[in-house]
Amino acid sequence: MQAVFEFIDVKFKNILDLPEMLIERNKITTLLGPSGSGKTTTLRLLNKMLSPTSGRILFNNIDLSTINSISHRRQVTMLSQNPAMFAGTIRDNLIIGLKLQSKPIPDDHVLNTVLEHIKLEKTLDNPVQNLSGGEKQRLALGRVLLLDPEVYLLDEPSSALDDATEEIIIAMVTNHVREKEKTLVMVTHSHVIAEKYSDAIITIANGRCSIRRDN
Amino acid sequence: MKEIIDLTAFQVVLAYIFVLIVLAIVRIRGIGREKEIFISSVRMTLQLILAGYILVYIFNNPSPWLTLLVILLMESFAVYTVLKRFINQLNRCFKIVIAISMGIGTLTCLIYFLLIVIRISPWYDPQYFIPIAGMFIGNTMTGISLGVKFLLEGMTNQRALVEEALILGATPQSASKSIINSTFEAAIMPTINSMVGMGIVFLPGMMTGQILSGTLPTTAIAYQIAIMFGILGAVALSVILMLQLGYRTFFNQESQLILP
Repeated sequence: MQAVFEFIDVKFKNILDLPEMLIERNKITTLLGPSGSGKTTTLRLLNKMLSPTSGRILFNNIDLSTINSISHRRQVTMLSQNPAMFAGTIRDNLIIGLKLQSKPIPDDHVLNTVLEHIKLEKTLDNPVQNLSGGEKQRLALGRVLLLDPEVYLLDEPSSALDDATEEIIIAMVTNHVREKEKTLVMVTHSHVIAEKYSDAIITIANGRCSIRRDN
Repeated sequence: MKEIIDLTAFQVVLAYIFVLIVLAIVRIRGIGREKEIFISSVRMTLQLILAGYILVYIFNNPSPWLTLLVILLMESFAVYTVLKRFINQLNRCFKIVIAISMGIGTLTCLIYFLLIVIRISPWYDPQYFIPIAGMFIGNTMTGISLGVKFLLEGMTNQRALVEEALILGATPQSASKSIINSTFEAAIMPTINSMVGMGIVFLPGMMTGQILSGTLPTTAIAYQIAIMFGILGAVALSVILMLQLGYRTFFNQESQLILP
C-alpha cells in the first residue's frame, strides 16, 4: 500500500485530534462523519490551507511543513463546499485557476467539453451571477478538473445537486480519476455514494478518531 | 505687483465673525456641536500662532538639524494620525509598513523635487523645505489613509475570493492583485481629481498664497504645476509601497490568509 498522505499525531486546535490516518495513492477515499466532525478541516490540512497545531502530515513521505504551500496546492487541489465565483463569465471562472497558475489557456473547444462533462448547459459567455448554487458548484468542479492536479480534494462536491445530477457528476469525477490514475479524497454526507464509488472509507467522529474501512 | 496687506490681530479677530455665524446656526437648529466648533477654532488659532513663531525662529536660524527635526516630527505626526484612525485593526508588521512607506515615498520625492527641480541652496533651506514637505506629507497622509482603509475592507469583504484563489494555487500576490489595484486607484483618485479641477474650479492654496504675497501669477502657477506633480509622485509612491509591502502582512509563511 502506497500512502500519499500519512497523519502522525495530528492535532488542529480543539477541532481535530488524529493520531494516525493513511490515504492511499491512486485510490478514491471518502471521508464520512457528522457535521462539525472535522472533515473540511482535514481537507484544508491536506492542501495546506491550514497547518496542524501539532503533529506531522507526510506527503509522499515528505513532511508537508517543508514543502512550499503554493506548489503543493497546485498538485493537491481542493474544491470547497461553497466555492466563490469571480466576477465575469463562465469562461472567466473556468480558466481562472490556469491563469493564477500561469498555465496555458485552452481553446473554447476544450472548455466546452468541460461544460459537457459537468452537465452545465450554458454558453461560455454566460455571466456567472445568473447561475444557481448547483450550477456554480459544478462550474467550480470544472475549473478544478481543468487544472488536472495529482490529488483532488472535493468537499461535498454534490451538496447543492439533486439526486440524479449528483449520481452523474460523481460517476464522471470518479471515472476521470481512475482513468488518469489520480488520487481523490472526497467528503460526502452520503453513505450510498461512499459505498458505491470509493476504495476506502474513513469515518471521522468528533474530530477525535478515524476508522478506516477498505471497500 | 502690490505688496501684501499686513493683517493686524484685530483684523484676524474680525474673521471670527464667521465662527460666530456657524455657532449661531448650530445653536438655533439644535445640532449641538457648539463645543466642538469652538474648540476646533481656538485650537487651530493656537496651533497656527505657535507654528508661525516656530517658523520665524527656524527661518532666522537655518540649520540642517533643525530642518530635519521638523521633517521628522511632521512624518511622525502623519504616521501617528493614520495609525490612530485604524486602532485595533492593524497588526504590528502593517504598522511598520505604513511608517516605512510614508517615509520613503515622501522623502524620495521631496529630495528630488527640492534638489533637482527647484534646486534650493543650501539644501536644507527651511523656507522651501518645510512648507513643501508639509504639502507632500499632508497629501500622502490622506492617500495612505484611504489606501489602508480600502486594503482592509478589500481583504475582509473579498476574503472568500482571496481564499478561493489560494486554494486554486495562486500566490498571495496574484490572489490580492485586484484588491491592490483597485485600492491604488481609490487612494490616488483625490489627488487626480484635485488636478482636474485646479485653475477652473478653484485656485490652490499655495498659489493663492504666493499671489497674495506679491509673486507673479505666472511664477505661482509654475510652482503649483511642479508641486502638484511632486505631490502626485509622493502619494503614488507611498501608496504603492504600502500596498506592495502591506498585502504580505495578511498572509503567513505558509501562504494562508490571516486577518487581524
